[in-house]
Amino acid sequence: MVKEETQHKGLTEHSGLADIFNRDEQRVNWHDETLWFVRSKRDKAAHSLPEWELLRETASQIKHNVLSDLDTYLQQFEEQALINGVTVHWAADAREHNQIVHSILKKHEINRMVKSKSMLTEECHLNEYLKEHGVEVIDTDLGERIVQLAEEPPSHIVLPCIHKKKEEIGELFHTHLGTAAGESDPQVLTEAARQHLRESFLTRRLALTGVNFAVAETGEFVVCTNEGNADMGSHLADVHIASMGIEKIIPRRKDLGFFLRLLARSATGQPITTYSSHFRKPRAGQEMHIILVDNGRTVQLGREDFRNSLKCIRCGACMNTCPVYRRSGGHSYHNAIAGPIGSILAPNLDMKAYADLPFASTLCGSCSNVCPVKIDIHDQLYKWRQVLVKEGHVSPVKAMGMKAMAFTFAMPRFFAFAGKAGRVVMKYLPFVVSNKLNPWYKEREMPKPPKESFREWYKRERR
Amino acid sequence: MKVGLFVPCYVDQFYPQAGIATLELLEKLGVEVEFPERQTCCGQPMANSGFSHLTGDCDELFTESFAGYDYVVAPSGSCVLHLKEHLHSKKNPSAAEDLRGRIYELVEFLTDILQIKSLKARFPHKVGVHQSCHGLRGLHLSQMSELVAPGFSKPEYLLNFVEGIELISLNRKDECCGFGGTFCVAEEAVSSKMGKDRVSDHVQNGAEYITGADLSCLMHMEGILKRQKSGVKVLHIAEILNAGE
Repeated sequence: MVKEETQHKGLTEHSGLADIFNRDEQRVNWHDETLWFVRSKRDKAAHSLPEWELLRETASQIKHNVLSDLDTYLQQFEEQALINGVTVHWAADAREHNQIVHSILKKHEINRMVKSKSMLTEECHLNEYLKEHGVEVIDTDLGERIVQLAEEPPSHIVLPCIHKKKEEIGELFHTHLGTAAGESDPQVLTEAARQHLRESFLTRRLALTGVNFAVAETGEFVVCTNEGNADMGSHLADVHIASMGIEKIIPRRKDLGFFLRLLARSATGQPITTYSSHFRKPRAGQEMHIILVDNGRTVQLGREDFRNSLKCIRCGACMNTCPVYRRSGGHSYHNAIAGPIGSILAPNLDMKAYADLPFASTLCGSCSNVCPVKIDIHDQLYKWRQVLVKEGHVSPVKAMGMKAMAFTFAMPRFFAFAGKAGRVVMKYLPFVVSNKLNPWYKEREMPKPPKESFREWYKRERR
Repeated sequence: MKVGLFVPCYVDQFYPQAGIATLELLEKLGVEVEFPERQTCCGQPMANSGFSHLTGDCDELFTESFAGYDYVVAPSGSCVLHLKEHLHSKKNPSAAEDLRGRIYELVEFLTDILQIKSLKARFPHKVGVHQSCHGLRGLHLSQMSELVAPGFSKPEYLLNFVEGIELISLNRKDECCGFGGTFCVAEEAVSSKMGKDRVSDHVQNGAEYITGADLSCLMHMEGILKRQKSGVKVLHIAEILNAGE
């Protein structure tokens, strides 16, 4: 029964997946409250800076400048990185990125590596690729390690295992790391993870990190973590690979201050991430690689309406504030990046596969308001809807209904007549008639039709 | 001053009393109001579903109906925002463009254009104010909780003129109710849950009535309240501002 229902709704679509998530209402409440708590912390941190809105505007403008001159900045960055003794690779897409990583591993005859958090490698499905090629990857960010043990993708870009309760993590650790059965004390579990990861840091010869910001004028890159796992990995390994999307560039070192102040406050409400580590050149005997990845970014850059989405600094604030995300969970977005920002990035990569995402929103606009680089997220959701309809990615039934609605509203007399005849016009509106098959009626009553419409009253009273 | 009253399609059909209250309130304040009868819909249900290319006839009808008025006033923030942002006319482009600047949601018309400083109304009840998203973040009827900026609320400014009213405070002062047009059926589970959560915030904080400047949200919350057999009622803000005497 459950299976049939979900198949009917489309298990691959946000609405169907959200439907399943909502079968456990207590859990939805817990998920919602947890993320609302993070949003509240963000508010508190933002409100402690009177210059907050100016910071957002400045960061947005800096990114605007970057996007309008991206090629120049990238070349400048590459030039500096090469001077610093770093090897620079260019990857047109996910496949090329994964192949480059694999070739470096092969060159050093390494088949075990550590990786700190990188949403780009999630986007490229690097772990799966390397696994197929016999390489073992250990994610060293605690949350990422947890979802890796659970064989799940992250459900949030900053808080990868936010959908898991500590008891569930206890069970996973019991199975994989040998903690006592029933142990769910966060401190005990974290200590177990520390010991397990320490061993990995000490024995792996290659570490891959993400990049939060890459400075064009110096060729350095900055990696922000709270756990120091990027540092542990890269400082102990013989080879450090840093994977970055080409939009991560900022022009100057002095621009960093704006972004570092905004990033952690927006993400978790902290004034700054515990570690904001600058990597410039390999230490003696170490090899350092930077992989610059396009994977659809230049296509998005060419879409004027959606270009600003490339300003994203991956803080996750739009997810924490999104009332839909909080009540549907990150996995319902079936994309490496969930939530509002994921919903405007994903259709660029594959319109057909992600045609549902721009519709998984009420267009409430809260996302655009918390965004530290002022991406017009909800406007882009609206614009993606227009594009997806034009490209034929919505159901023909919906298209028919919309045409009928447009027809009715274009004919005042028909509208008035249809309304008079038992308010039948409403069957063309989103909130259809009362019957058990109608999704509106599942948890809500329809408004009671009044004796007369406003226009009937007006005709009787005022003319 | 001659005002064209725009009564959005679902208000016309399901909530005529909100249209009547809007009309009476404006007249009480000395405004000459007319309801052009060829009006139907703002086109938003199609546009928000991705079918903005089908709204042409709606737009023409709207432009034709309202071009002659000094202002257009409607008791619905969402429809007003849509028109302000998207009204276009092929037949009469300048009239449509001009009209976009003269369309007001009722609350902002009262505070910004009429600039009323008092109101004779009485409503001795505990009332929760729902900040509808499009009114809040689109029309800036109140300050948005996300921004670091001085607070204000135009609906509350008006409601505070009402004798006997007690405005309750909410745990989450401006979260979405989950209506979202076609979202309410396409994403039934999340939409209903959002509605239930919003309603429970009002109920737990002692509201007898939930009000706001957008009936679509109120209709959604009313649907939940009725299903829960709750005694809490929804009223459009015009009905409270026009109440009593």
